[in-house]
Amino acid sequence: MIRFDEVSKRYPGGKEALVRVSFELEAGEMVFLTGHSGAGKSTMMKLIILMERPSQGQVFLAGTNLSRVSRRQIPAVRRSVGVVFQNHQLLFDRTVFDNVALPLAIAGFGHREVGRRVRAALSKVGLSDKEKLFPVTLSGGEQQRVGIARAVVNKPAVLLADEPTGNLDPELSKEIMDLFHQFNQVGVTVMIATHDLGLVSRMKRRELKLDHGRLEEVAL
Amino acid sequence: MTKTPASSKSSGATTAVTSFRAKALSWASHHRRVAVESLSSLLATWLTSLMTWLVIGIALALPIILYLMLVNVAEISGEWDGQPRISLYLVHGAAETEARDLAQRLLERPDIESTSFISSVDALVEFRAISGFGDVLNTLDHNPLPAVIEIRPSTTDVSQLRLQVTSLAGYELVDSVAFDLEWIERLFAILQFGERLVAAVGFVLALGVLLIIGNTIRLAIENRRSEIEIVKLVGGTDSFVRRPFLYLGFWYGLGGAVCAWILVQGSLIFLSAPVETLAQSYRDDFALSGLGVLDSCIILGTGSALGILGALVAVSRHLKAIEPK
Ligand SMILES: Nc1ncnc2c1ncn2[C@@H]1O[C@H](COP(=O)(O)OP(=O)(O)O)[C@@H](O)[C@H]1O
Ligand SMILES: [Mg+2]
Repeated sequence: MIRFDEVSKRYPGGKEALVRVSFELEAGEMVFLTGHSGAGKSTMMKLIILMERPSQGQVFLAGTNLSRVSRRQIPAVRRSVGVVFQNHQLLFDRTVFDNVALPLAIAGFGHREVGRRVRAALSKVGLSDKEKLFPVTLSGGEQQRVGIARAVVNKPAVLLADEPTGNLDPELSKEIMDLFHQFNQVGVTVMIATHDLGLVSRMKRRELKLDHGRLEEVAL
Repeated sequence: MTKTPASSKSSGATTAVTSFRAKALSWASHHRRVAVESLSSLLATWLTSLMTWLVIGIALALPIILYLMLVNVAEISGEWDGQPRISLYLVHGAAETEARDLAQRLLERPDIESTSFISSVDALVEFRAISGFGDVLNTLDHNPLPAVIEIRPSTTDVSQLRLQVTSLAGYELVDSVAFDLEWIERLFAILQFGERLVAAVGFVLALGVLLIIGNTIRLAIENRRSEIEIVKLVGGTDSFVRRPFLYLGFWYGLGGAVCAWILVQGSLIFLSAPVETLAQSYRDDFALSGLGVLDSCIILGTGSALGILGALVAVSRHLKAIEPK
């Protein structure tokens, strides 16, 4: 589903964020991406949704070689991936409903279908009663769940989460992780960047560890 | 493990095929929604919006008012009509038979429609009657007035008339030709200059409107930077991201055009009474030409088009630079 082939990323200014990273993720897998702050976790995520391009090597997503994707085709790639970010990236002047509906509006779904899917996504993350509220009135954990609902509302085959529990207390973190686990159970390929090692060890999943841009597989 | 995503993918494909109509409908309803949202965002800050609308309105109204002035002046002067007259003053002592003969011969020229001969005696009688100088004239021992042939040319074209005047002056019997070409030529020159002026002013002000709208849209883009980043992050296409700003430009342009229309109609009402009084001394049926339905549509259409164009310029220059980080 996701394959990195000898990928290096050097940012303008010379910082080597990734050094010859290779790995493959099967469809339906769930994997944790760990490593110190600045190890290159976010950079890996950004390469998958084409927010950055590799300096060397190739990234494949669902069989597509991303180095062949033109600027115009980027939105379509991004729509096929659900992303959850640490800083929730919500529209604060829109209701919860409208936030979650955004990917559907972009994809051009009909009114009724949008309502149906948004409610399904909100009920999955346990926010059914909050659709008319604005994000500011929600707690941090609830805002994060709005972000997750938006990431899955379009039923993507791949879900990327960059430190989704970064600001949350252990209790809420566990809830969020359980949610990702559920999506994985129905076949979604899930990749979660985190430095919450306690959580990772409890989940007993494949773990990829980055150290100064170099990737190593952690044995279970 | 690989079974489920494959099936979810294929179900996604079926939805895409079966719901083409639904997608077209949703596309239309999205347009409607974006249009309404951008208008209501303008109305929510109506005072600021009104300022922008007025500035655009003034910029559009100015060339329109100039243009209407031009049209009306052309109409009044056109009324001086297609019937110019040329007077041929004949040499003193020209024999009346020869003079009548000339008048007759002139009729054969294709550029002359009719002639009429006024002998020096008739001219004196007429002059006496209308001038009131009868007593003075009686003291003169000879008639100082020349015989005259009045001509109605068959053309109204100024350059042809000018040629005609030169050729008429060539006849032996003709002493001088009176025809006030100059003021007509001046008027035509002024009208032509006016047309150019309207075009130039219109062009410059249209450019100004484009810049005003472009700049306003640039600020709107700047204000919604984080929203644009998010929309792009979740896969918003360029046209999706662009759409609200194009509608914003459209509303700015249309609102500005409505202001311009009100300003123009207001000035016409304000000016119509004195202008018509003045003009009716030349022409009794004169009415100030105002904005018709077609003119109004053109104004509103031009305003909206300028709005969209200004927005397009701003969007193409500033939207690409905003990428999610
Ligand atoms: N846009 C950028 N320009 C320059 N350097 C960057 C940029 N983004 C990230 N980096 C650098 O690349 C390295 C990896 O960053 P990142 O992928 O964000 O790490 P992580 O998410 O693991 O904390 C860091 O040293 C960071 O400073
Ligand atoms: Mg990071």
